[in-house]
Amino acid sequence: MEKFSSVKGISAPLINKSGNQLSLMMNVDTDMIIPKQFLKTIKRSGLGKNLFDEMRYDSGGKEIDSFILNKEPFRKAKILIAGKNFGCGSSREHAPWSILDFGIKVIIAPSFADIFFNNSFKNGILPIKLDEKIINSLIDVSMKGEELEVDLIDQVITLHDRKIEFDVDPINKDCLVKGLDDIGSTLEKVSFIDEFEGELFDKRPWDIPS
Amino acid sequence: MSEPKTIYDKIWESHLAYEDEGDCLLYIDRHLIHEVTSPQAFEGLRMSNRTVRRPQNALAVADHNIPTTDRALGIGDEESEIQIQTLEDNCKEFGIEYIKTSDKRQGIVHIIGPEQGFTLPGLTIVCGDSHTSTHGAFGALAHGIGTSEVEHVLATQTLIQKKAKNFQVKINGKCNDNVTAKDLALSVIGAIGTAGGTGYVIEYTGEAVESLSIEGRMTLCNLTIEAGARAGLVSPDQKTFEYLKDRPMSPKDDEWDSAVEYWKTLASDKGAKYDKTIEIDAGNLTPLVTWGTSPEDVISIDGNIPNLEDIKDDSKRSAVKRSLDYMNLIPGSPIKGVPIDRVFIGSCTNGRIEDLREAASILPGKKVSERVSAMVVPGSGLVKEQAEEEGLDKIFIEAGFEWREPGCSMCLAMNADKLSPKERCASTSNRNFEGRQGREGRTHLVSPKMAAAAALAGCLTDVREMVL
Repeated sequence: MEKFSSVKGISAPLINKSGNQLSLMMNVDTDMIIPKQFLKTIKRSGLGKNLFDEMRYDSGGKEIDSFILNKEPFRKAKILIAGKNFGCGSSREHAPWSILDFGIKVIIAPSFADIFFNNSFKNGILPIKLDEKIINSLIDVSMKGEELEVDLIDQVITLHDRKIEFDVDPINKDCLVKGLDDIGSTLEKVSFIDEFEGELFDKRPWDIPS
Repeated sequence: MSEPKTIYDKIWESHLAYEDEGDCLLYIDRHLIHEVTSPQAFEGLRMSNRTVRRPQNALAVADHNIPTTDRALGIGDEESEIQIQTLEDNCKEFGIEYIKTSDKRQGIVHIIGPEQGFTLPGLTIVCGDSHTSTHGAFGALAHGIGTSEVEHVLATQTLIQKKAKNFQVKINGKCNDNVTAKDLALSVIGAIGTAGGTGYVIEYTGEAVESLSIEGRMTLCNLTIEAGARAGLVSPDQKTFEYLKDRPMSPKDDEWDSAVEYWKTLASDKGAKYDKTIEIDAGNLTPLVTWGTSPEDVISIDGNIPNLEDIKDDSKRSAVKRSLDYMNLIPGSPIKGVPIDRVFIGSCTNGRIEDLREAASILPGKKVSERVSAMVVPGSGLVKEQAEEEGLDKIFIEAGFEWREPGCSMCLAMNADKLSPKERCASTSNRNFEGRQGREGRTHLVSPKMAAAAALAGCLTDVREMVL
C-alpha cells in the first residue's frame, strides 16, 4: 500500500438539489458507488471509469453533463465530500477500489458505514468524519474548484488560511502513514494465534473443524 | 462474582487471540467464501507467497453470479463463468471445500451455512458479504468483511478488530397474523434508520423474538446490516439446538452434548449492560412496505407516501425528493394500489422454506395478475428439494409463478434476473437502492406473503384483506 502523508487537490461535493436548496447527498450506497455489473472482475484495478456509473453515464454510455465528476475541474478531484452514512450497503471492496482508481484519496462526510470505513483504510483512502455544519461550510469553496489540503500527519485540513482539525484512530493513521501490510504485522504475532488455537482444540473442539 | 455480560461480550472475550491497548486480534472460527469478493484475496496470497492457515475452517460456494435457469445450460456469461471457475480453482489450490454448482447443497452462502451445521452458536463467522449478519440468529458473532479482510482471515485465521458497543432491540408482545419477521426487521430499520446501528452489535430480545422460528430469526438478523450494525444476535435456545442437531457439520455424540452445555451459557446475563436499548411493541405492527430507495423508507401498507413539506431536515427532504422522483411516486398518496410489474420471492433475507410456505399459503385457487411477471428463487438446492416434497412448487407454478434454480438472483441482479428500466417490483430481498435490481428499476421491500399478495393483485396490496 502506498504511504499516505498529505493530499492537496480539488474536492468534489456530491449534491442533491431540492428547489433552490443544495444539500449533500446522504446514504450514498455501494450500489451507487460501483454497480454490480462491474463486480464480475477478478482484478482490483481498472474500476475508476465505472465509479458512480449510473449517475455518471446515461444508459447509452454517454456522460451525463450535470454530474459533478463529469465537469472541470472535478474530473481531477482527489477529495470527495458527501452527506451522512456514506458507503452504506454491501461489503464490496470494489467500492474503495473504484474510488482510488479514479484518483480520490480522501472522503469527507459526517458519518460512514462501518464496513466501507474499514475497507477504505485497507486501501490507502482516508475517510474523515466532520461535523455536518463544518462540511456544509466547505460546499461553496469546493464548488468553486478551489483546492483543499489534507494533512494526515498533523490531522488538519487547510483551506486558504482556515484550518479544520480532524480525528483519526491512531492505529489506522499509523497503517496509512507507513503504508503497512496488515497481514504482515498480524503474522508477526503468529505465536499468539498458535497458542489460542491450541487451547481452542481442548476447550471447544466444535469451534475448530479438523 | 463477575460482571453480567451480553452474549456479544462473551463471544468477543472467548475469541481474543491477542490484545494490546485496543489493538485486538479476533480469532475467526468459520469463513464462508463466494465468487465475487474472493478472487483478489486469493491472488493477494499468491503474490506474497502466503498460504491459507486453516482451509478446514472455510466453505465456498458460488451464488451471486449463478443463473437460476436450468443448470445444464451452463453459466451463459463469460465474465461470470470466469469468476465461478476462478473460485473453484482457488479452492482446489488451497484445499478449501467447494460446493459445486451442480451439487444439490449449492445455494446462497447464508442459507447453506446453517443448513450444513457450519454455522453454530458461540462461533465467530465471517464472509465477504454484508448479509453475513444472518448467522447471528444462532447466537454466533457473524459479520461481513471486505476482500482485504478475506485475505487476512485466509492467511491468519484472525481479524484486526475493535470491540463494538452493545445495542439491545427488545421486541415485546406478539405479532398479529400476517405480520412476519420481515416486518419486524423493517420496523426496526424504520425506527433507528440505516445508520442507527453504526458502531454497534445489535442483540434482539423480547417475547416476539423468542417466539420467532429459526428462519424468522435469520431474516431479522440478516437485515441488521440495513440498520447500520455489522452484526445482529439472538441468544441461542432449545429451538436453536433442535435446528442444528444432526446437521452434516454439527458436532456429534459426546461432543454435541458438551457443545449444547456450553451454548446454554451464552445467553446474555440478567442485568447485562447495553450502551443503548430501544423497545418495540410487536402488537402494534402491520405489514410494511418500503416506498423509497433506502431500507429506512418504511410505511405500513395502509399508510401514505410522505409529503415533502412535512420533512424539516434539509438533507433528508432533498433525499426524499430524489427517492420519490426515482420511484415515480406521488407525495402524500396511499402506497396501497400502486401497480407493479414484477415479483421476486427469494434471497438470503427470505429464500428459506418457511418463506416459501408463507408465500404459497395464500395462492391456492388464485392466479398471478396478467400485468405481473413473478418468480420464486429458492435459497438453496435443499430448500428447493424440501419445497418440492411439500408440493409448493406446484402451487407456485399453477398460480403463474416461475420456479427457478437457487442463487442470489434478482436481489442484486448480477445474473440475468433483473428489472428493466422503470419496472416496479415487490421484492422479498433486502435493498431498495437505486439500480439495485437493475438500472432504473424500482424496488418495494416486503415480506413473502405481501409479495405473493401483490403478485395476485397486480399492485401493492394489504395481505390481511386478501386472506380474510
